[in-house]
Amino acid sequence: MSLLQIRNLRVEFDTAAGPFRALDGVDYTVEAGEVLAIVGESGSGKSVAMLAMMGLLPDSATVTADEMSFEGVDLRSLSTAQRRKVIGKDISMIFQEPIASLNPCFTVGFQLLETLKAHTDLNRRQRRDRVIELLTAVGIPEPERRVNAFPHQMSGGQCQRVMIAIATACHPKLLIADEPTTALDVTIQKQILDLLTGLQRDHGMGLIMITHDMGVVAETADRVVVQYQGKQMETADVLTLFEAPEHPYTRALLSALPENATGDRLPTVSDYTEAFAREQTEART
Amino acid sequence: MSDAILKVRDLKRDYVTKGGMFTPPRVLHAVKGVSFDVERGSTLAVVGESGCGKSTLARMLTMIDAPTSGSIEIDGAPIDINAGKVTREMRQAVQIVFQNPYGSLNPRQKIGAVLEEPLLLNTSTPAAERRDLAMAMLEKVGLKPEHYGRYPHMFSGGQRQRVAIARAIMLKPKLLVLDEPVSALDLSVQAQILNLLADLQDEFNLTYVFISHDLSVVRYIADQVMVMYFGEAVEYGTRDAVFDNPQHDYTKTLFAATPRADVASIKARLAAKSAA
Repeated sequence: MSLLQIRNLRVEFDTAAGPFRALDGVDYTVEAGEVLAIVGESGSGKSVAMLAMMGLLPDSATVTADEMSFEGVDLRSLSTAQRRKVIGKDISMIFQEPIASLNPCFTVGFQLLETLKAHTDLNRRQRRDRVIELLTAVGIPEPERRVNAFPHQMSGGQCQRVMIAIATACHPKLLIADEPTTALDVTIQKQILDLLTGLQRDHGMGLIMITHDMGVVAETADRVVVQYQGKQMETADVLTLFEAPEHPYTRALLSALPENATGDRLPTVSDYTEAFAREQTEART
Repeated sequence: MSDAILKVRDLKRDYVTKGGMFTPPRVLHAVKGVSFDVERGSTLAVVGESGCGKSTLARMLTMIDAPTSGSIEIDGAPIDINAGKVTREMRQAVQIVFQNPYGSLNPRQKIGAVLEEPLLLNTSTPAAERRDLAMAMLEKVGLKPEHYGRYPHMFSGGQRQRVAIARAIMLKPKLLVLDEPVSALDLSVQAQILNLLADLQDEFNLTYVFISHDLSVVRYIADQVMVMYFGEAVEYGTRDAVFDNPQHDYTKTLFAATPRADVASIKARLAAKSAA
């Protein structure tokens, strides 16, 4: 049984201009201990899919799926209270902007304690110890002093570490990282990716990496889903994807990497998507 | 005889943080003496992590901030804003594009007005001509004439960055400082903007100072590379020299941290993983 199984997920938003389909029939499976990367440009529905799974979308969204189960439990049938027991404990998420996703009014220690209080039956002292332990695990120097720091007193990389500490506080079975390193420098990015993959390996977590950076995919993923405009273009294991990308869009993404530039100009994705659209119309006629 | 459009010698910038009643004021050396030359029509890339003084350097080059000591010479003319001898012409010669295209455009200004403002402020071009110039510039950066009357929120990130670039070259500057122009953009959009920058450089013989922390982008766009670390230029040379034979430890760390997307390194990673 897979850790997470989603089949034929569709999400529609009601807008003033009529319904807008953000996701059109995508499938995801994640096994325990596997790293799945979801790649695509902005607007491809990467984040929407995960938010839909966690039930975090606004009321204007309609979510339908043939199957949406986590460890065999149907996520669609859960009540809000039941869902809250799963989300934050067994499934947790790290967002793109670390500084914006922490509450500026509370110390980072308090925000960590909050998670532990909601999901574990540790007593006050044990919680305090666990917070220090978590901050040490994510590599924050002087954790005893830093628990009382406010988010604005920390750098972006440190805030992201705190977010990871919060997300992994209850040993989740599935961790979703939504562009965890986009706002960070390469050296910090490397540290955060190493931290995430290390935690993933040590705890045998399933990890979903949402990103638009093919470099990050190459460094972390086992399997890759490529998405474009709410549709799934290709699913493959990471080596196959980089060695023999099947879909033209994947090939386009890979050739847009600056290090793969051959001539004076970088091939852009639109060069390919236009060619792809032409191919399709020709095939139809 | 080299044709250096920008000559920077031993440039320093200190920031003094105000002390309290019992704490003495502290001095932060943001840029600790950098020197470099940029040839006309070439690109210098400045690489480094956040807080290493890249953006302070950009602020000094664009005459927003005064250097504490050292000299900047643009197209043969020394620049010294402390002495207050900066003319309009000098300021027009240098323009800047900022990192965040969402923050650098006024949300209440239409794109047409954004592009015309530099002309309105600095030249006596009549209104009709300003409009024509703005229209022509829109097409040059890959936008359409109908975008003239739209507001920034109606554009995507990549389109906004095109507008910011268009605004910067309205006055036909000699030097364009690009402060992380593509780091907020998607990979596919990033490629388009880099192509646009290359085209514009050819067309207007522009000189770029390109600030970035992404080495793969730098390798693609730069002629010369300068690596900064804690306010110092730890490495400075041609692109090939820096990339093929990095000297300083920090440069090596940077290279090691850059994700590799080639098949061989994925194989190595997967092998290491299955062995563990």
